[in-house]
Amino acid sequence: MYDVAIIGAGVVGCSIARELSRYDLKTVLIEKDTDVANGTTKANSAIVHSGYDAKPGSLKAKLNVQGNALFDQICKELDVPFQRIGSLVLAFEEEEMKIIRELYEKGLANGVPQMEILGKEQILALEPNVNDRIIGGLYAPTAGIVGPWELAIALAENAVENGVELRLESQVTNIEKQGEGYRISMEGQQIDARYVINCAGVYADEIHNMVAAPSFKIVPRRGQYNIFDKSVGNFVSKVIFQCPTKLGKGVLIAPTVHGNLLVGPDAENVDCKESRETTMERLAFIREQARKSAPNLPYHGVITAFAGLRATPDTGDFIIEEAKDAKGFIDVAGIESPGLSAAPAIAVYVAEILKNMGAIGREKWDFHPMGRKMIRFMELSDAEKAEIIKRDPRYGRIICRCENITEGEIVDAIHRKVGARNMDGIKRRVRPGSGRCQGGFCSPRVMEIIARELKMDMTEVVKDNPKSYILIGPAKSSSVLRENLDAAAASKTW
Amino acid sequence: MKEGEHMLNYDIVVIGGGPAGLAAAIEAKKNGVDSILVIERDRELGGILQQCIHNGFGLHIFKKELTGPEYAQRFIQQMQELGIAYKLDTMVLDIDENKVLKAVNCRDGFMKIQGKAIILAMGCRERTRGAIQIPGTRPAGIFTAGTAQRFVNMEGYMVGKKVVILGSGDIGLIMARRLTLEGAEVKAVAELMPYSGGLARNIVQCLEDFDIPLLLSHTVVDIKGRDRVEGVVIGKVDEKRKPIPGTEKYYECDTLLLSVGLIPENELSKNAGISLDPVTGGPVVNESMETSVEGIFACGNVVHVHDLVDWVTEESRRAGKNAAKFVQKTLKKNGICFRTEAQRGIRYVVPHRVRVHPGDETVDLFMRVDDVYSNMNIAVRADGEKIKTVAKKHLAPGEMENVKISVNSLKDRKGGILSVSLEKEGV
Repeated sequence: MYDVAIIGAGVVGCSIARELSRYDLKTVLIEKDTDVANGTTKANSAIVHSGYDAKPGSLKAKLNVQGNALFDQICKELDVPFQRIGSLVLAFEEEEMKIIRELYEKGLANGVPQMEILGKEQILALEPNVNDRIIGGLYAPTAGIVGPWELAIALAENAVENGVELRLESQVTNIEKQGEGYRISMEGQQIDARYVINCAGVYADEIHNMVAAPSFKIVPRRGQYNIFDKSVGNFVSKVIFQCPTKLGKGVLIAPTVHGNLLVGPDAENVDCKESRETTMERLAFIREQARKSAPNLPYHGVITAFAGLRATPDTGDFIIEEAKDAKGFIDVAGIESPGLSAAPAIAVYVAEILKNMGAIGREKWDFHPMGRKMIRFMELSDAEKAEIIKRDPRYGRIICRCENITEGEIVDAIHRKVGARNMDGIKRRVRPGSGRCQGGFCSPRVMEIIARELKMDMTEVVKDNPKSYILIGPAKSSSVLRENLDAAAASKTW
Repeated sequence: MKEGEHMLNYDIVVIGGGPAGLAAAIEAKKNGVDSILVIERDRELGGILQQCIHNGFGLHIFKKELTGPEYAQRFIQQMQELGIAYKLDTMVLDIDENKVLKAVNCRDGFMKIQGKAIILAMGCRERTRGAIQIPGTRPAGIFTAGTAQRFVNMEGYMVGKKVVILGSGDIGLIMARRLTLEGAEVKAVAELMPYSGGLARNIVQCLEDFDIPLLLSHTVVDIKGRDRVEGVVIGKVDEKRKPIPGTEKYYECDTLLLSVGLIPENELSKNAGISLDPVTGGPVVNESMETSVEGIFACGNVVHVHDLVDWVTEESRRAGKNAAKFVQKTLKKNGICFRTEAQRGIRYVVPHRVRVHPGDETVDLFMRVDDVYSNMNIAVRADGEKIKTVAKKHLAPGEMENVKISVNSLKDRKGGILSVSLEKEGV
């Protein structure tokens, strides 16, 4: 019997798992996919918002501002890339300046520190590439950028190091009230837990409805993005937002923690909770919108596009509470934007709820907050590079040529506590395949390393989920090829 | 220097052990330079030729049809006979303007290597799905044609059963045939342009011989499938290359191959402060294949994407020979300077600068046209005055053109602009 079962290993589930691992609890983190951080966490704006956007008094407002303040420490402890680069909201007309002033007032009410309303010249001095037709804007220096999946993976890893059990590829099919807790059924396995925390993202309503009367609905709201090459990554230095208007929130332009540039998203309600495809019309729309903020946006530098689904609730705010008709079952649902920013505070908030229920006792004496540092070869000095290769020659073998990722880093990513088991897992942890060639050169080598380290056949290495096979089997020998070529040539009149 | 860093010194350091690097190194050696190092990032020499197991290489240089590995082997063997040093599995991380490289491998660790001259021969990479913005899902089963070629020909694995190929570049055409011979069904090759980007002979030998349809003015407008590709939607495009609504057709397939262009790999060149030509994506070079940084030369697909390896070899020999002269301090500087300019119908001209010295014989200009043409003249003008015309029955962007200019026609001029354009025959 577990004390707590957390369903869903996105950044919210992983944050809660890590927070609960401070306490003397038997906790299990359940994930339907082959890896953590595989839903909304892997496809979003990667922004830590300062917190002026949400309605004062809402959970979104409170947890965003609190969460933002926790990022420095968490990212330091867990060695996660995070930069507090600040954000700007641009206004192009007096009507929009009015909204800027409203945002500023909301920010004050929400407790956002250090905001400033800036004039045109001040903004252009900060960001020379933005449209010079702006008339002013809101500057929030506490906004930041983070590696969202790196954060979730590091949180999961630290949670596991502190005793949390992680069950991957375990899709919850049923939950039943059972004595003083719940019986959770997954394909081929069942577990019992006193308390259940529902962090199932876009599926949170379905999980909720397994044990309680429907009380909310999650609508998957798709957002599409473009990623640009590092060569144009410094096009802006801050997160550039547009003024939210009746027509929508506008698209943002932001650097990423890896030095790329990210542009997007749009917002589109979709029917299917797996609709993560990009579309020509929407990407064109985003391009047009983004050019309003920066007319010279270097679109020739686009290296890829992706789409993510926000878990939009029909209630307008985060739903973080015990289900009314299911004691001990806590929903953490509708965590759309600013969910990533709020995640650390959501975890603390959920721990408080559990404490109030009497579920949590003392903190463990041996909780270890520090994650094991990852060696990022290209961030080392020349002398450190020389030293690490001497210690482990695998750091001398560059596998990814675009980002200069070494075999040592890939092997480490596989053998860590929450290790990579497929191509996307490696890509999210150490980035081969994220660069300008998008894996063209390195994918055969990365597959070879996965197969070797996890003792599987090359053809068993998948991209992501078990059905996402890459190779179908051995090729015929080249001698056969030559015969076929000759036969084909002979059968034709030239 | 700090402890643990090896500083190695060579007269010439060649970055890249593909056809360009091999030919350049051999030629430098033959021209009297002994201290040469070739650095190759892959685990064998020969570069992409090693995965091109089809024939058709060497018709111009060796007057013989060789396979890629056979073509490469001739150079590898010669290099070994000449005793030219090379390091495999070695990655250059950086080049600075003093011609000091930082490189790593498992055996030697972190190295600093200085060359009196450097020859850039890093080749090119393939354009990806993201760069051409094909919308849809992101399943497994989407490969660039070169990656698929590597899997099939070098790693020995098959990539799919039902295949659609986007782009009719040569690698795409070659892979259409290769995958068919491996038992896959290649359903179609779609090409955005109204003409193929590949060699005419490849269209005949790789598509027509196997009854694989080539859909000109078509592109992939959607990709379906969550885990693995389940199908693609192909639509016709108008003259502005925009998809025409209503022309979409669904092709069930498990694999999409992309052969949508090659991009010279010049990240290292940028670090070294070398000027690049935005059209070719490669360094700006002069007649000696020297870049904007003195003593750094470049050749092969890192300069501009070639259609035939034979021309890579020729160009690289020129780079190797001139790098040797640079080391021996006999490379001529100054001279009468011309700037080449691509005009009507011509997309680019390499080299970008031409310095003429009395005693030289010819200058080779390489170029690609911007569309398909028939019965046109390639006209070269020095400061507006026509100095050479070459009649061409057929011109296509997929095939490189070469015009030889005699130095006699340039040596009495002051220099200026050497322009190349297409003209109607008889004008």
